[in-house]
Amino acid sequence: MKKVAVWLAFAAVVASSAPSLRAFCGFYISKADTKLFNKASQVVLVRDGDRTVMTMVNDYKGDLKEFAVVIPVPTFLRREQIHVGDKKFVDHLDAYSAPRLVEYFDPDPCRMTMMERLPMAAVAGSPAPRAQDAAGRARSLGVTIDAQYTVGEYDILILSAQQSAGLETWLRENGYKIPAGASSVLASYLRQNMRFFVAKVNLAEQSKLGFSNLRPLQVAYESPKFMLPIRLGTVNADGAQELFVYALTRKGRVETTNYRTVKLPSDMELPVYLKEQGEFAKFYKAMFTRQAEQEGPRPVFLEYAWDMKWCDPCAVNPLSNEELRQLGVFWSEGAAPDVFLTRLHVRYDKANFPEDLVFQETADRANFQGRYVLRHPFLGGDTCPAATAYMRSVTDRREQEARRLASLTGWDLAEIRKRNGLGAGPAPQPAMWWERLWRGR
Amino acid sequence: MADPRQYQIAVLGSLLVYGMGWLGFDITLARVVLLLSTVITTQALCDSLSGNRTINVKSALISGLSLCLLCRTNHPELAYLAAVITIASKFLIRFRGKHIFNPTNGGLVAMLLLTDQVWVSPGQWGTVASFAFLMACLGALVVNRAARSDVTYAFIGFYSALLFGRSIYVGEPLTIPLHRLESGALLLFTFFMISDPKTTPDSRAGRVLFAALVAFGAWYVQFRLFRTNGLLWSLALWSPAVPIIDRVLPGGRYVWAGAGRAGGAGRAGRAGGAGRAGRAGRAGGGENGGAYEESGGLVGLRSRRRVVGA
Repeated sequence: MKKVAVWLAFAAVVASSAPSLRAFCGFYISKADTKLFNKASQVVLVRDGDRTVMTMVNDYKGDLKEFAVVIPVPTFLRREQIHVGDKKFVDHLDAYSAPRLVEYFDPDPCRMTMMERLPMAAVAGSPAPRAQDAAGRARSLGVTIDAQYTVGEYDILILSAQQSAGLETWLRENGYKIPAGASSVLASYLRQNMRFFVAKVNLAEQSKLGFSNLRPLQVAYESPKFMLPIRLGTVNADGAQELFVYALTRKGRVETTNYRTVKLPSDMELPVYLKEQGEFAKFYKAMFTRQAEQEGPRPVFLEYAWDMKWCDPCAVNPLSNEELRQLGVFWSEGAAPDVFLTRLHVRYDKANFPEDLVFQETADRANFQGRYVLRHPFLGGDTCPAATAYMRSVTDRREQEARRLASLTGWDLAEIRKRNGLGAGPAPQPAMWWERLWRGR
Repeated sequence: MADPRQYQIAVLGSLLVYGMGWLGFDITLARVVLLLSTVITTQALCDSLSGNRTINVKSALISGLSLCLLCRTNHPELAYLAAVITIASKFLIRFRGKHIFNPTNGGLVAMLLLTDQVWVSPGQWGTVASFAFLMACLGALVVNRAARSDVTYAFIGFYSALLFGRSIYVGEPLTIPLHRLESGALLLFTFFMISDPKTTPDSRAGRVLFAALVAFGAWYVQFRLFRTNGLLWSLALWSPAVPIIDRVLPGGRYVWAGAGRAGGAGRAGRAGGAGRAGRAGRAGGGENGGAYEESGGLVGLRSRRRVVGA
């Protein structure tokens, strides 16, 4: 029996840590990409006018014989509208837009040439390494096989149906394991004149092509519906699911119209120990989980919104025109196409996300990124009166960083304080305003 | 009876503070200042050109606060233009002494048509159940005081019926229409925009008909055309039908309690329908029977002219 994986991709938890890259004032040091999350699906939506190109990444790790995917689509799809893409472009998009960690170094307080807050130089890195008698039976069940194609390693069917019961029976008879409860969801999509795109792996084609992993499926269609069907994914899911949407548009930022889109907390100083191997990844996961739980009912999080022509700091280089074209940017004829990237991250379940995600493209071109700052204190010694005041301010700063981290992640404050060089004792009372007034003068 | 616009200003102001402070609305304090100062100066200019002796600050503030809650753009000059159109439309697009478009709705739709650089974020409120409840209560307070709650209740009744009807037809769980009803944007529209007594039909039957038309239009835009802002488009589309509805189903004009002086009793008289004139008289406290939102010479003159012509 084939197991129907609906919008599901399984990803191993890998804490990534890119090599340090040098720059003038700020140092980009790490990113936290989608590999951190279990059961994470990635979808690239390229949209302009009513034209949409959707790329779906399946990081399915199980037996390929068992793999099948059912996706509601708004229109009939011809053979030429379906394509098998390359996952490396989506990986590049992920690396480019992932929340990032940057670090600064305090200057010598005894030389009053403070350079902090100088505009940060863009840090350029390298791209991330990174069958036909059945038709009669189908008809008798009210299911119409509108088309069937073999594209790359996939066998694809475009189905429409008069009744969902017939569709469910047909899928079961053809070896697809439909989760209990899916029937009513299938029915509601059918009533909305949607078609079903059913794909499974053609093992013969797959071995001929020699790919070991499943490549992403891409579909191009024209429809006023700018939405992502997530309801099938909530039917039989154990717990919440992770979804990353990368929207590539011409005009500006994309947001959901039927759920709140919220910016992930960003641009803040955090304890420098987050630089240690794996710590930043742990931080990002814990912070996202806490934010998703705190903002009730759960919103859709904005993690990145940026013009694709540049970045600051860059986790990796922006995507090239050819890469954008491969992802479906159909207006990329010119030298530098206008492409605005929105990265949305949603942890959805049936209770919090009863209806499909509906999007709109706004004219907002304001930049936003998940960016977290490590500020290293100057450790050059106490050689002047100014240094004494500076060291006190460093202690205050560490305290604030520790409290901020505890509040963002829900982690134990005492443990954070210890790791941030503040000793294991109770947190000191913050200095009174008058104590700061003449201190160190 | 106090002027319901004071309550409306207080509620819209509180919602703006809540939205900016807790929901992260995409608007800066500078933009709020720009929008509010523009609506008030435009109102002052239009009032003065119309020969009004007082400036209708309250109505301008309501429009300005509504723009702060709804109108989004990266360009301050477009925000400025939206504010000017919102107020100027009240003075320029009129029929029989009554402005046609709800000012904020007219301003927003005009900007959406004129440029692709303005947007409205219907998702910005989220669907917090307690927040929805709060909005409903506060809104109800305003509409009750404005004595035109029937259009609000009729609209939400028709719109709910359409949402539930569609979900039942396509076989969706009822959590879906419920989720749609919890939308803060829908509640804001229902309690603060369509309820505007100045741009809705005069008679109760007319208002119920109008509510049904707007509900159907909004539903059609959202679920048949699959476009956003169905509520705004639909209200703007049906607003020009209000004079026709008023002709077929006449009723007494609405008067803001405590609204200015001038006016002339002519309007209440014209509105005819013996029993309906009472509403205007009651709300207006008699002394300014015919004056409404613009409460000034222009309105009064027009009103008198109409009486003569009638």
